[in-house]
Amino acid sequence: MNFEFSDEQRQLHEVVERYLGEQYRFDRYQAIKRSAAGWDPEVWRGLAELGVLAITVPTEQGGLGFGPLETLAMMGDCGRSLLLEPVLASAVIATAALRAFANEAPAAELLTAMATGEKIAVLAHFESGARFESQWVTTRARKAGERYRLDGHKGVVMHAGAAETLLVSARTAGEAGDAQGVSLFLVPRAASGVTLDIYPTVDGQRAADVYLKGVEVPVASRLGPEGGALAAVEAALDIGLAALCADAVGVMQALVDATIEYVRMRQQFGQPIGRFQALQHRIADMLIHLEQARSMSYLAALRCTAENVAERRRALSAAKAVIGQAGRFVGQQAVQLHGGMGMTDELVVSHWFKRLTGAQLMFGDSDTHLQRYAALSRA
Amino acid sequence: MRLEFTDEEQAFRDEVRSFLRQKLAPAISEKVLNGYELGREDILNWQRRLHERGWGGMSWPKEFGGPGWNSVQQYIFDEESALAGAPRLIPFGIKMVAPVIMTFGSVAQQQRFLPKISAGEEWWCQGYSEPGAGSDLASLKTRAVLDGDAYVVNGQKTWNTLGQYADWIFCLVRTDSNAKQQSGITFLLIDMKSPGITVRPITLLDGGHEVNEVWFENVRVPVENRVGEENRGWTYAKFLLGHERTNIAGIGGAKRELARLKRIASEERWQGRPLIEDPLFAAQIAQVEVDLWALEITNLRVLSAERRSPAAGPEASILKIKGTEIQQAISELMMRAVGPYALPFRREAMEAGWQFDPGRESPGPRYAATLAAAYFNQRKLSIFGGTNEIQKNIISKMIIGL
Repeated sequence: MNFEFSDEQRQLHEVVERYLGEQYRFDRYQAIKRSAAGWDPEVWRGLAELGVLAITVPTEQGGLGFGPLETLAMMGDCGRSLLLEPVLASAVIATAALRAFANEAPAAELLTAMATGEKIAVLAHFESGARFESQWVTTRARKAGERYRLDGHKGVVMHAGAAETLLVSARTAGEAGDAQGVSLFLVPRAASGVTLDIYPTVDGQRAADVYLKGVEVPVASRLGPEGGALAAVEAALDIGLAALCADAVGVMQALVDATIEYVRMRQQFGQPIGRFQALQHRIADMLIHLEQARSMSYLAALRCTAENVAERRRALSAAKAVIGQAGRFVGQQAVQLHGGMGMTDELVVSHWFKRLTGAQLMFGDSDTHLQRYAALSRA
Repeated sequence: MRLEFTDEEQAFRDEVRSFLRQKLAPAISEKVLNGYELGREDILNWQRRLHERGWGGMSWPKEFGGPGWNSVQQYIFDEESALAGAPRLIPFGIKMVAPVIMTFGSVAQQQRFLPKISAGEEWWCQGYSEPGAGSDLASLKTRAVLDGDAYVVNGQKTWNTLGQYADWIFCLVRTDSNAKQQSGITFLLIDMKSPGITVRPITLLDGGHEVNEVWFENVRVPVENRVGEENRGWTYAKFLLGHERTNIAGIGGAKRELARLKRIASEERWQGRPLIEDPLFAAQIAQVEVDLWALEITNLRVLSAERRSPAAGPEASILKIKGTEIQQAISELMMRAVGPYALPFRREAMEAGWQFDPGRESPGPRYAATLAAAYFNQRKLSIFGGTNEIQKNIISKMIIGL
């Protein structure tokens, strides 16, 4: 039992922290957020040079072959810096899904191109109407000769607009809710029949609803056996959930730091407002939430690749439930304690608050995960 | 980073487990596991079993007869003991006065007092709080005046836990009323059989007799029972309160009680189904369970960091606040789980052998009869050992610094 980061993990954190601290200040974030694309290829190249985009790519594909603990070590920095580039969607989740099929040429080639930052890919899995249910896949893939024909609608696909390649899950058999019958396809975003409605999300990132109408892809673009891809998709989502938890803890730490600084400095009634006990106790509560959330982000990183699926999900649901609630409390109270300034777009506080709000809404909210946890713990 | 304990720590856990299996009498563990009251002898018996094994002073270094366990081993011991239903040892001797005597006491005091604490031969109680000195402990008024070779003590202590069983009491007394509040306090060890001491029970909301008032009327305390120097008692008192913090989160006990809550919620029926399947109730159990899991890891993080240097931040206060909130939540859910059968309220039901009417079936399940009293009793957790509000003051002083 120990909770120390290795030297390598600590270095990774320091490198990312320094780079983002210098290159990704709040004004840069604001500018990127307002830009048409909503992300910056120059930053992406910078992250590639640091190796950040290669950390979860296997060494065979030119990556660093690191795991969830290295991801944990640097995700907090991405959160604190409000990184808008698709590190989580592409360099953590999509690479995790592709790793399951790295013995197949199309996946291996894509991983190699992703490690260098040359290509971006994202997982297009959840559907409108699925809410947070990963087995709820209604998108269809019908085989016709040497090609599959895909029809369906994927909802709120993070960074779909930035990706060259979409990893699209689609049913080759069964009905919505079945664990079997889900296949995974590599679909070029520019393929005929693919339409994107692109929009910003609450936290300033970009996402899209993806419509597939008679999209034709060759059989070779199917990853793994037909109908047997859901386990790999869920494994990738679980790794993504753990990374999202780490991102959120980085944001909470930033908000606690900022709030402490603010109540020390802000004067009312002739004294710093940090002298008022009502505010002191609120900050103590924020710190307790933060530390409980940090503990669960460690648990999530340590368990997100566990082979026992029920144990893995129990841990991740516990983590997401706690971190979702902590994020809500810390975010809301940070705004409250900053008073009117907390409400402004000018101050970074509201942006951190919105990033935490976004994190609560991704990969299942606290209620969903408490419910799943209860079901898994009854036995 | 890893969650698993080392092989050595795992082997230590096995050793503790097998000791508990062999030496913990079922008559005692049954009381703990069902929330029945423990008597003086139950607790002292268990202390003696531990002493025979060399674990009597389980948190003490070897030079004073303890096993010399590190904080991880103590954590494992506390957790396994709680899960097995061993009595939670009364901390006043082993975990409070003993470290003060070891650090500030004379060799004669160490030789006189420590062995009897470890052996379960003498029971200690605490004389800190007074009617006018609770969270603001330094405002205490009990006076001690030196008269020849003895201090003469006058005053009143309160919230004295289980003093009715005690052989000795450690007391904070004022020896200089002109000095600054904290500077005029002395730490005395007082024989409870001294003439002039009166112990009066305080009945609590659960009907139990767990705390007392202790009155001192011209009680003579030999000078050799003063710890350290006169007027330096506040330093020793603060040191003592620091040692009160081990096992402050109560993880093992909370795990045990959570398992009991789930058993009860599986027995109880609501609309023909086990209550534990009711979505609203299940969500409330799940909530406390995930909070407890997070706290367990927070506690392990503190232990892990303490391997390098002792915790100097707000860790202990975080563990105290969250740990007590969780324990209170579990006791409240347990009471609510039995619904109307939490209403019958009989103090006798806290005794292991109690039956409603021998020979007839009891109205309501036996386990329901203790739950309201336990819920009432557990409200103390957020009040004693520094109220949770005081803990938040401590946290904010450390992190805001104003």
